[in-house]
Amino acid sequence: MASAAITLAAEAPKLSSANTGFMLICSALVLLMTPGLAFFYGGMVRVKSTLNMLMMSFISIGIVTILWVLYGFSLAFGSSNGFIGYDSHWLGMSDVGLTDLWPGYTIPIFVFMVFQMMFAVITPALISGAIADRVKFSAWSLFVALWLTVVYVPVAHWVWGADGWAFKLGVIDFAGGTAVHINAGAGALGVILVIGRRVGFKRDPMRPHSLPLVMLGAGLLWFGWFGFNAGSWLGNDDGVGALMFVNTQVATAAAMLAWLAYEKIRHGAFTTLGAASGAVAGLVAITPSGGAVSPLGAIAVGAIAGVGCAAAVGLKYKFNIDDSLDVVGVHMVGGILGSLLIGFFATGKGQSTATGVFYGDHSFTQLWKQFAGVGAVLGYSLVASAVLAFLIDKTIGMRVTEDEEVSGIDQAEHAETAYDFSGAGGGLSGGTLTAATETKKVDA
Amino acid sequence: MKLITAVVKPHRLDEIKEALQAFGVHGLTVTEASGYGRQRGHTEVYRGAEYTVDLVPKIRIEVLAEDDDAEQLIDVIVKAARTGKIGDGKVWSLPVETAVRVRTGERGPDAL
Repeated sequence: MASAAITLAAEAPKLSSANTGFMLICSALVLLMTPGLAFFYGGMVRVKSTLNMLMMSFISIGIVTILWVLYGFSLAFGSSNGFIGYDSHWLGMSDVGLTDLWPGYTIPIFVFMVFQMMFAVITPALISGAIADRVKFSAWSLFVALWLTVVYVPVAHWVWGADGWAFKLGVIDFAGGTAVHINAGAGALGVILVIGRRVGFKRDPMRPHSLPLVMLGAGLLWFGWFGFNAGSWLGNDDGVGALMFVNTQVATAAAMLAWLAYEKIRHGAFTTLGAASGAVAGLVAITPSGGAVSPLGAIAVGAIAGVGCAAAVGLKYKFNIDDSLDVVGVHMVGGILGSLLIGFFATGKGQSTATGVFYGDHSFTQLWKQFAGVGAVLGYSLVASAVLAFLIDKTIGMRVTEDEEVSGIDQAEHAETAYDFSGAGGGLSGGTLTAATETKKVDA
Repeated sequence: MKLITAVVKPHRLDEIKEALQAFGVHGLTVTEASGYGRQRGHTEVYRGAEYTVDLVPKIRIEVLAEDDDAEQLIDVIVKAARTGKIGDGKVWSLPVETAVRVRTGERGPDAL
């Protein structure tokens, strides 16, 4: 994010209404991605865990929003030794002036804070897809709070903080290929290595219960992603945000087509789930790279990510790891591909003058920097997330009982079911309204 | 009386209904069913994972008939349900002891 400060010679930046308005809209767009993700995932699970899947995303909006205002933003974006930041004025955001500008930019600190909040909200929510059907809601809620604090905040600081070591090294991550997608994907891998597989993995058919919901979710993600990507330049004064917007669209289209072509050849059909998955893979891969590559480069990044992720999602059966909705296969693999491809396709005419192997003096310098960023985030998130999951498992326990998992986590954890399938509008369930007026705790 | 049960392809329902109406049948019961015979199932693919779906959607039609009409009625259903392809389904009949029209209390053939 953001190496070029928008300044005129020796003149301090002034608040820009246009950039401020644009960034507030982008923040709302990024928020919309989390409900979009909820439906993308929610349609992919079986009927009996639909609500739990939706709720794992929604609870992240609640928990992360509060923690971000209280201390998350201060630790992620305060000044530092390179590893974790701190700024006492930003704790609770009550000591910040309404027109105090984010240093070097034309938008208020409040705007930057809330834009970054939406990134912090969706990143833990991404992990939830890997652990479908089987994790206690209380354990997940605790995990979100701890993971935000121990994993997301430091990694965001490395990559985007003005003092972060990766940022200073020159690792390019425009909107979150490392900090969001590799971080969430590697975190998901760490968690599932600890908590294990679903009952019946590789034996029972676990088909998506509603592909229309998946498509709806993918559409909302695609739409919101323009805020996520184009907004990450924090303004529109030099055209880089517009390049990012164009590349986001181009790479996503290329990835969707590539995934569909791959599976038509391998499996004989153009599937709906393949179209939705390919689009998301493209969005993931262009997230770090879209400010550095040309639109032709974006086609290459998208196509490579589409085929790469389509090939990667099958590996879970080979390794016998239950990455239920392919968070590792799409977000970690897509994030790695997008981040490393910068080292090949960076033109030097976008967000910075750094060039990849195919441009400029054909040097590998940027590629090695990208490797450093990818490796550090992947390794740290994998280990730290596994440790967090292990600690929660040993204290309050990560998983619901086998009975609850088999009969359905929605009923067990939320005391609800997603759909009423009875033709008579609920009259066939054989129940009565027992306690509409008195407070009664359900056994869930 | 006889109970005639037909398990057939869902898209033949309208044809069968019209044929039965033309024959003079006043009422029938339809339920959604699933199953397989010689047709077996089909394969679906989700992100490269292939699932074999054994049970195929079918429609189960139940009609009550007087003994004299039963065989002819079965022929009407079979004719309307037939596509000639594998998976067309089955029709069978069973004897029925009694039948009552709930509204009036009429019993036996009068209740049909």
